[in-house]
Amino acid sequence: MNTKIHFCGLELDNPIIPASGTFGFGQEYAGFYDLNILGSIALKGTTREARFGNPTPRIADCTAGMLNSVGLQNPGIEAVINDELPAFDKICKKPAIANVCGFSVEEYVEVAQKFDAQAQIGIIELNVSCPNVQHGGMAFGTDAKCAAEVTAAVKKVCTKPLFVKLSPNVTDIVSIACACENAGADGLCLINTLLGMRIDIIRKKPILANVMGGFSGSAVFPVALRMVYQVAKACKIPIMGCGGVSSANDVIEMMLAGATAVQVGSANLVNPFACKEIIEDLPKVMQKLGINNLQEIVGIS
Amino acid sequence: MLFNIVENQQLTSSVYKMTLSGDVSAIKRAGQFVNVQIEGLYLRRPVSVCDFSENSLTLIYKVVGVGTKKMSLMQAGESLDLLVGLGNGFEVNVETEKPLLIGGGAGVPPLYALAKSLLKAGKKPTVILCFNTKNEIFLYTEFKNLGIDAFIATIDGSAGVKGFFSDVIKTQNIDFDYYFTCAPLPMLKAVYQQLTPSGQLSFEERMGCGFGGCMGCTHKTKNGYKKVCTDTVLKKEEVLFD
Repeated sequence: MNTKIHFCGLELDNPIIPASGTFGFGQEYAGFYDLNILGSIALKGTTREARFGNPTPRIADCTAGMLNSVGLQNPGIEAVINDELPAFDKICKKPAIANVCGFSVEEYVEVAQKFDAQAQIGIIELNVSCPNVQHGGMAFGTDAKCAAEVTAAVKKVCTKPLFVKLSPNVTDIVSIACACENAGADGLCLINTLLGMRIDIIRKKPILANVMGGFSGSAVFPVALRMVYQVAKACKIPIMGCGGVSSANDVIEMMLAGATAVQVGSANLVNPFACKEIIEDLPKVMQKLGINNLQEIVGIS
Repeated sequence: MLFNIVENQQLTSSVYKMTLSGDVSAIKRAGQFVNVQIEGLYLRRPVSVCDFSENSLTLIYKVVGVGTKKMSLMQAGESLDLLVGLGNGFEVNVETEKPLLIGGGAGVPPLYALAKSLLKAGKKPTVILCFNTKNEIFLYTEFKNLGIDAFIATIDGSAGVKGFFSDVIKTQNIDFDYYFTCAPLPMLKAVYQQLTPSGQLSFEERMGCGFGGCMGCTHKTKNGYKKVCTDTVLKKEEVLFD
């Protein structure tokens, strides 16, 4: 059974990558298992300055999923480089994915450039799809022109593969994906969370202090799969499929739809061993399905 | 980690006591919590540990929503998937001769394991249990059976001292040099503002994972941002109320 995957000149031992925002900078999971078994890790979204994020409550449970309105809490790029990356080096030797966030094109460029210079970073993931911040994040990812502009600007300063993480909160994700590809993106990651909300019927007020938040978890899997499928048909660059993946079967399905790698998000929060279990199950599922080389199934459905 | 339900007993109209058997070796301190997977619900539900020993775990929980409602319907013999040993818990190795424990409603249970830990460390605590009304009282007898002074405060005066924890301290002339408290946020704030000695406060928040992965439950402290799940208990000196 060969679970290795290749894209953008990189080789990953397997396609399993914890998704940004569900795995911190790895430390919280290092006590559960050896992180070196993972394909890679998408680190917590990072901005230029430190951010507290939104007020609490910023988590709400939903049927087969959850809402979060964390709002890009992070210690800022300098602290990530000075503190988090050296600490990460002690627990994981795999090249990591830096999730770059910003409130202006200049900020995206600055943060991406700083990450690009770090030996531990293998891929830059441009987060133009966070639904929880005003005047940034998703505002860049829901307009093809803005998405292309920020992609092109960041591409100019990046020596490492640049992936753009797309928002599902759009009328036509294919047009935005194509715009990013044409602007120089080396790959795409989709999807980020779907904008949602819940109301506490006893208090008669929204559960989240920020009113709305990003919906993720098993429930969004069919939506993510559909978007990966559509984008894979329209674009030539590799795709990381993300959204509701919680089993080895889901991974196979995502890859059949066109994903070369697969990010696992909310499943980690419910079961901290989720990625480990998926990696262990993958060869068994491959065997059952008669798949010898995982990469060969990408986009064949 | 799988646990078996030994008993799930109703204590008051909305409070239940669940005894489980399983590996509790990851639980190191009173004030820690477990995160309970409940069939049909996506996120786990955090529940404070009331008591733990050998292979036995006691949870006392209040039915406040669908998750705890489902827990209350579970029966002996069923199994439950828990993440155990979460949260920092109370630090009992502090300078105190006369510790005071102050619990409010659903915040009372973790103080039971704490009282036992303090007794083990040779420090005899006094405990104040605060409820809205007489019918809500639980664990009072268990605290008394530890051989410590236990007082009740009810807001409507239907049992114990009428009023709040502060009324018990005043009317009973309670002498203390340190406090430990777990209660709803407004009561934590009152304890923090009204009591002079140092102490430790146990917080709650809606959580995603319970182990620090999602940053969903962050609160501001004097020592920067901390996650309620990993830093559940804060020392008074680092607490920051908005």
